[in-house]
This record gives sequence, structure tokens and C-alpha cells, in this order.
Amino acid sequence: MLKRITCTVCPLSCEVVLEIGENGEILSLTGNKCARGKTYATKEHTAPERTLTTTVKIKGGVHPLLPVRTDQPIPKGKLREAMLATADLVVEAPVKMGDVVVENFLDLGVNLIASRDLDRVE
Amino acid sequence: MKREAKTKKAVQVAIVGGGIIGTLTARELSRYQLDVLLLEKEAEVGWGTTKANSGIVHAGIHEDPGTLKAKYCFPGNQMFPRLCEELDVSFKQTGILVVALAEEEMDMVHMYYQRGLERGVPVRLLSREEVLAQEPNLSEDVVGSVFAPEGGAVMPFELAAAAMENAVANGAELMTESPVIGAWVEGEKKYLETPTHIIEADVVINAAGLFADEIARMFGDDYFRILPRKGEEYLFDLELAGLVNSIIFPVPASKISKGILVIHTADGNIMIGPTSDNVPAKDDLGTTYSGFERIFSETRRLVPGLDPRKVITQFAGLRAASDRGDFIIEFSPNVPGLLHLAGIESPGLTAAPAIAADVPKMLEEQGFKLTPKENFQPRREGVVRFRQLSRKEQDELIRQNPAYGRMVCRCETVTEAEIVDAIRRGARTLDGVKFRTRAGAGRCQSGFCQPVIMEILSRELGIPAEQVSKRGAGSEQVKYEAKELLGKGVS
Amino acid sequence: MRKLEVDVAIIGGGPAGLAAALAAHDQGAAEVLIIERNHELGGILQQCIHHGFGLHRFKAELTGPEYAQRFINELKDTDIKVLLETMVLEVTKDRTIYAVNSREGMLEISAKAIVLAMGCRERTRGALRIPGKRPAGIFSAGTAQRYMNIDGYIPGRKAVILGSGDIGLIMARRLTLEGAKVEAVVEILPYAAGLARNVVQCLEDFDIPLHLESTVTEIHGDDRLEAVTIAKVDENWRPIPGTEQKIECDTLLLSVGLIPENELSSGAGVELDPVTNGPKVDDTLMTSIPGVFACGNVLHVHDLVDNVSKEAERAGAFAAQYALDKLPAPPRRIKVEAGENIRYVVPHEISLERPVEFFMRVQRPEADVYLDLGGLRRVKKPFVRPSEMLDITLSVEQLSKLEGDTLRVRIVSGKEAGVDA
Repeated sequence: MLKRITCTVCPLSCEVVLEIGENGEILSLTGNKCARGKTYATKEHTAPERTLTTTVKIKGGVHPLLPVRTDQPIPKGKLREAMLATADLVVEAPVKMGDVVVENFLDLGVNLIASRDLDRVE
Repeated sequence: MKREAKTKKAVQVAIVGGGIIGTLTARELSRYQLDVLLLEKEAEVGWGTTKANSGIVHAGIHEDPGTLKAKYCFPGNQMFPRLCEELDVSFKQTGILVVALAEEEMDMVHMYYQRGLERGVPVRLLSREEVLAQEPNLSEDVVGSVFAPEGGAVMPFELAAAAMENAVANGAELMTESPVIGAWVEGEKKYLETPTHIIEADVVINAAGLFADEIARMFGDDYFRILPRKGEEYLFDLELAGLVNSIIFPVPASKISKGILVIHTADGNIMIGPTSDNVPAKDDLGTTYSGFERIFSETRRLVPGLDPRKVITQFAGLRAASDRGDFIIEFSPNVPGLLHLAGIESPGLTAAPAIAADVPKMLEEQGFKLTPKENFQPRREGVVRFRQLSRKEQDELIRQNPAYGRMVCRCETVTEAEIVDAIRRGARTLDGVKFRTRAGAGRCQSGFCQPVIMEILSRELGIPAEQVSKRGAGSEQVKYEAKELLGKGVS
Repeated sequence: MRKLEVDVAIIGGGPAGLAAALAAHDQGAAEVLIIERNHELGGILQQCIHHGFGLHRFKAELTGPEYAQRFINELKDTDIKVLLETMVLEVTKDRTIYAVNSREGMLEISAKAIVLAMGCRERTRGALRIPGKRPAGIFSAGTAQRYMNIDGYIPGRKAVILGSGDIGLIMARRLTLEGAKVEAVVEILPYAAGLARNVVQCLEDFDIPLHLESTVTEIHGDDRLEAVTIAKVDENWRPIPGTEQKIECDTLLLSVGLIPENELSSGAGVELDPVTNGPKVDDTLMTSIPGVFACGNVLHVHDLVDNVSKEAERAGAFAAQYALDKLPAPPRRIKVEAGENIRYVVPHEISLERPVEFFMRVQRPEADVYLDLGGLRRVKKPFVRPSEMLDITLSVEQLSKLEGDTLRVRIVSGKEAGVDA
């Protein structure tokens, strides 16, 4: 089976073509113009990951929402579950950029962190 | 709600419809010792045909002799300067030009000129050179023109809202979101049913615009039809202000419409339109590709510099034309005490003050005794328009009220204090704020200020943001709170 | 009326204004003032909560707020003054600024130099003239982004997005993550306008259909949006009859282009470039009014905030030099001209006194070409696309070889280049 993956490492956007074996193993990999393309496409085939960026509710802040992100990428398949996990989170202002909102988020070994300072409303 | 459970209320005069006709009539009647109630189906007055009107105060030369349109147009025109001064409404006597682009069109120009002279309308004939001196951006093809200096432009929504505000200040009552869903006669009294009320009235004034025939029919009075006729308009960025200085009419090709115009609005924007298309439905308010193409091809013949890329918004309105081809201003021959002010199509806005001024006379002719109020106050409390003030005045205003220092709409320079004032005067929605203050009416079309206006409306009206609407229930702009949809999926 | 005198006044506290202020301060300007209309600094970055900012500048993938925060933190260690919730009403030719806020009323600010950093606004439905009704539920993508990421509201639960620029793509993912359904992204071009990375991560990850060579031809719904009709377009972007498809939705986002906000600039008499809609500038980013500089999206719409920062730092530094009387008028002025397949080039004029970083966009996509700067430098480009800004620098040494008084920037085919080289 052939699988096409658009490499997103740089704006060249190479279309990498992977030949996939019966057990999902990569038999061949072509179309990439550099080594980063090979690494990316391999990872994207075997264990694709994404950084989640979203918001959580914040109490007493100058805004009702605090932007947050995972400090490392998480498995792509976990995005939905991760969003559900943010639905009921409420943090308290003030917050500093980088503050950990949830440690070891979903047991994935990553932290959910604040992506800005958010002052308390006076 | 069952009819028996509804609140009952008795008044002397009930007006159905808060368009320009209904609101100005309410104001005229508030000069007298009368209980006057106006029922409006929308969240605010002025939202039907009035809102989407071209805003032209016609000079009185277009209407055929012998029509009610002719009878009321010029007298209406003459009332505008004082009316707008009393109500503090934007009005500009820009003058109206009817422009001939070919020799053979000059016959019509002369006809309008003669008609003007006969009616006492100030008019002048202009040569090609004179027209071009006055309007240098007109087409080189112009041959000549008739100029009526007392024609102009008004903000029609502003006028309706101001008239209603003044009527209420003088004792009239307004009920919004009150569509009439039933109507009947018992003895001398007439009854109107809304979703919440039963109104008993001695006189019902039918100013229901597009729906005037339906109101009449509820009373069993079925002798005219309202035939909606659509007009599309395209509004330009203020950048084009000054492209024309007056309102430019072509020599019309047909008798049905006055042609497609280039309008200098009372706010200074350039606007072009309207089309004139009979449509089957009274809610057909969509703009169309074909409308856009016709409007631009027609108006660019007059003013070649009209650049489609500078359009900031477009809209369509429906004229409430009657099957008589003229206004219907008469007591019903079938239902005593039911006064129709119907079929008010162009020049209805111009005619409106004159029609409204006739209503008390018509009531007296029917035997109603009207006693003037001694304390009638014709002036509306003035509106602060921050952008029109000098730097020094602006500075002083902010010192008195810091909310004038909070700029909400950057395109049109509208402050928080002006928006709060508009809400105090009756604005309930995003469109209501926009039409009253211009906040959100500019080049970014509320991209930047809508969230802020929403926050102010929510705060001042004490409702959550999800209930703040564009123009009444059903048109809420943001539907859910953050995180509300998570886990619920989409049906 | 309160009067202020400053060396460098910066209008706008977004990414351009922040970088310009820091650079002006570093250059030795004593009084640097940022005038910002919002109640906080950072501009549009504060609502761009996705990541991908700062790859060039910080070699890290930051979110918008993180990128802004780094500059804001740097600013806190300086004596740069900031006026928040302050709206500039007018800028004059003699560099006086009139601004208002609720605390001080009207301010009259005299500046030795001004940096225009007001950013841009979004194109609207009116500008596109989409036919149909006018129900609630139609948003520019940035307004929807603000509702979702700052104010805490979700516009609706079934959305169509017109325009596949990066903001449109980012909002498709954002809506989907928050539990709404994005029925379609509709793009008039034959390819997605945004980065391939965003097509993959914002659309493909969530199986959101992308309709190319298509547009929205009608809007349905009286009170709230009920549906849109989309159709294929021909090569003149006219809808092809028979290809219409009605999609039910309660929300339509428009991501159809950005326009520099130059109302203040044109009010002051700054000469604008009709292609960029931004000021014409020289190699110090000075506009046609001496002492008035421009940078960031008010000058021309950028793709990357990293480039905005870089450009703004130059504008801020030159503004400080001007304020300190250290920026003499150059002896020579060379016009920069957009040649073959170049839509625009910034700056519009250069002096040969200093190295110049040129920013430009092409008119149409091409592959295997060279970007040629007046024959002084030629760079191979595997592809060029209008949606991707090109960025290239000429050194003083390279510039010194220029003959004549015009520098022509053009795209040349590989074949022609091969012959030339």
C-alpha cells in the first residue's frame, strides 16, 4: 500500500511517498528532499504527534480565558480526550507564562502550561 | 398564551407599525391629550422598509400630477429642516440633480423643471458646464440637468427612532416585539391581539408597511394589496466621500422607478441604488449578483469613478407598494375608525411628515375632539456625536464623563458614552446601536468593535452575551459559552 | 488639553510597535512612548493562541501570547512609557498626535519621530459582495477568533469557512477542537492559500473538506444563518451554474484577506502604495513625511511575525536616529521597481548607504525560477507563490555595483538565468 504524507517541516512541503507493508512497516520512502523529511514522515506514519493549544477558564483574571498549551507534543489520537479534559478546568489569576496548569497531563508525561501572564483584575 | 390570560389595555388610538409613518404619526398625535399606543413587531422601531430606505428627501418634481404622492411630497420636503432640527437628526440639504446624458433626455429635464415651477419647488436648469462645475466627477457625457436645491438626504432609521423617542417623551406609549396576530371589531371598539396583550382602541391606524394589507384583512377589510418591490443598495467607504456633492438621478427609463441613483447620504458616505424588482415574498431581503451588476452599470454611466472595490456593505429593502400605484391614505370604507396609511412607497419618506401632520385633521373630520397639550415638547434631547466636536469640546466632555474617552468604534469614532446613551434611548440590539450611533457601520463592518458593543449591551441590559442579538430574538450573534460544546458532539 | 513631548512616539502596541519601541530605546532615544488602544499590549498576538510563532527569531515554536510576552517582559525592564486604552484620532504632518483616553481626556503629543504600527484589519462581506440575506452568524475569522480565545464565546456549532488563508485554517481547527463541526473550507484559488503545515494539521487531521476553485454564492437565513450555497468558479472567478451545493450551517467565517489600517497615515498626508495599501517607504522605513516611519502590517501584510519584528526593529532604530538628529538625508535616492512577476517590493526607495532587506510578493505561482535584484544578486527559488512573502538582503558592497537610478526586482526563469549566469 502507498501512503502520501506532506512534510510540514519547511515551506517546501515535499510530498513523501511511503510504501507500507502488511504489518504497517515502511518498505520504502521517497519524495523527500532532505533527511528531516524522512524523520518527519516516519514519525507521522508510526506515531503522529501534535502540540495542543487551547484555553482554560480562569477566575479573577483580566480575561475569562487563559491560553494554554502542552509543553511537548502529544499523540495525535489523544487530542479529543485532551480537549475534554480542559472543559472543566478552572485556574485562579494571577498566572505567569510557563506556570504549570496540569502536571503530567492525561498521564502522557507532558505538562499543560500557561502561555501568557494573566493579571488579577483589580 | 390563551387569549383570556392576556393583559387587557384600552387606549384611544392604537398605531400598528413603527416605521417612519407610524412613528411620525405617534409624534403628531402626542401633541394632543390622547392615549396613543404604538405596536411594533420587531425589537426596535424603524426596522422594516424604513431602515433599508435610500434616505432621500425628494424635491417634489418626480411625482405625477393628481396623485397622493404629489400631494404630500413637496409639503413633506418643506417640513424636513425644522423636523430634523427639533429631533436632532442628521439631515443634509444636498440638492438633487436630474442629469441628462443625451440630447433626447433633455425633454424630460425640461418637463421636471416646468413641473417644479408649477408646484413652487425651487428649481434651476443647469448647462453642461454648470453641472460639471458643481459635480466635477460626473460623466463627460452629461448634456444638462435640472437642479432642485432643497432636495436632500436624511438618516431614515434615525428619524423614526427620534420621532418615537419624542412621542414617548410626550406621553405616547411604545410596545416592541408586539406583532398583531389578531384583530376584530366589537361595537364602536376595535381590538388588537398581540402575543401578550389585548388592546382595545377607538381608532386603529394601520401603518404596518409591507403587512398593511394583512392587518386590514384581519379586520375583514380586504380591498387593497401590498406588493413588495425590492431595492438593493451598495454603500461605499468614507474614502469616496466627496465624489459627488448632491443626489444624482438619471432621466428615468420607465415610469415605475426613478432610476438608479448616486446618493450623497446624510452621513457623507456615497451610496448607490436602488434596484426596483417586484418580488413575491415579503421577506425577500437578499442582495443578488444581478442587482449588483445593474446598479454598477447604471450608476457608472453617471459617475465613472465609482469603484466596486470600495464597497463596504450592501443591503436590500422592500418597498410597500400598493396595487393602486399610489398611497392609500383614508379611513376604511368598511370598518369605521380604521385609518389606513398604506402603500407608502417612494417618495414615502419625504411625504411622511406631511402625511403624519394630516392625521389629526382626519381624526377631527371623523368627529374626534382633539385638545392640544400645553406642555408638548417638540424638541428631542440632543444627541452627542463625539466625532463632530472640536478637540476642546471632546476634552471637556471626557472630563465630565470618562466614558467619552473610551473609543469603541475606531472607523467611525464612536465612544462608549454614546453607545450607553443610545441604549438609554431604546437601542436593544447590535443593529440598533449601529443605526443610532454608526458604531460598526464603517469600513471594518464591526470586526473590531462588535465584541465590545456586545459587552456594553450585555452589561447595560443585564442579559448574557449569548442573548445579545443582531436584530431581536433569533438573531443572537454568539450562541455558546466557551467549553459548552465539548463532549456534546454535534447533532 | 494635556501636552506631551517625546522623542519617538509609536502608534500601536502589537508585535511591530513592541519591537520598534525596544529598538528605539536601544538606539538611545530618551523618551519612547507606545500608544495602544487596547487595555494590554501584544495586539492581535494575544488571540493567536496556536503555536508556530518565533521559529526564526527565537528558534522555538511559540504561541502568539508567548511571542508577545517575551517582548512585553523585555519592555518592563526599560523606561519606555505605555499609554493603554488610548485611541489616536489624528496624526499631523508636523508630527503632532491627538489621542484620547478616559483618564486624561485629549492628549496632544509632539514627537520628534513617529512610528506607524497600527497593523491591519480584515476584509469584510461587503468587500466581497456575497449575495443573499443578512442574518446573524457571519463573522470575519479574526472576530470569531477573539470571541473564542479572549471573550469566551463560541459563535455556533456548524460552520463554513470562506478562505483558506492561515487564519481560516487555524479557526477550522479551533472550532473543531471546541466541539463545533466545520462543514467545509471554501477557497477560490486552485490551491490552499495557507501553509501546507496548516492544511495538514488543521484540516486533514480532522477530515475537514477543502473545496478548491469554489466560493460562497448565496447566504440563507432571516434571523440566524441557516445555510450557504457554494459553487465552483471559472477562471474569472465567476460561479459556474449547475455546480451549486447548499450547506447547512449556523456560522460563516470569512478569512479573505487583510488590509493595512492607514486611515491615520493618509490623514497625515503619507503617500500610500496602491498595491500594498501601505505607505511608500525608503530604506530607513521612513514614509513620505520626514520623521514618520512605518513597519509591520500597516506597511504591508506579512506572513510571519518574525519578519514583522525584524522590520519594526529597523523602523524603531531609524526613528530614534532621526529623533537624535543622526539620520541625514542620503545623497542618492534609487527607485525600486517591481518587474516581471513581482506584485510589490518594500522598500520603495533606497540610498546605497546601508544594507537593505527587501520584502516582496509575486503575482502568480511559478516553479524553478530565480529572484533577480537588478542583476546585483540572483537567488534560486524552487517555487514562488503569491501567498508566501519573499525576503532577501543586499549588502552595501552588492549595492555599490548598481548603475543608474533604478533597481529592478524580477522573477526570471531558470532557462534565462542559466543563459545569463
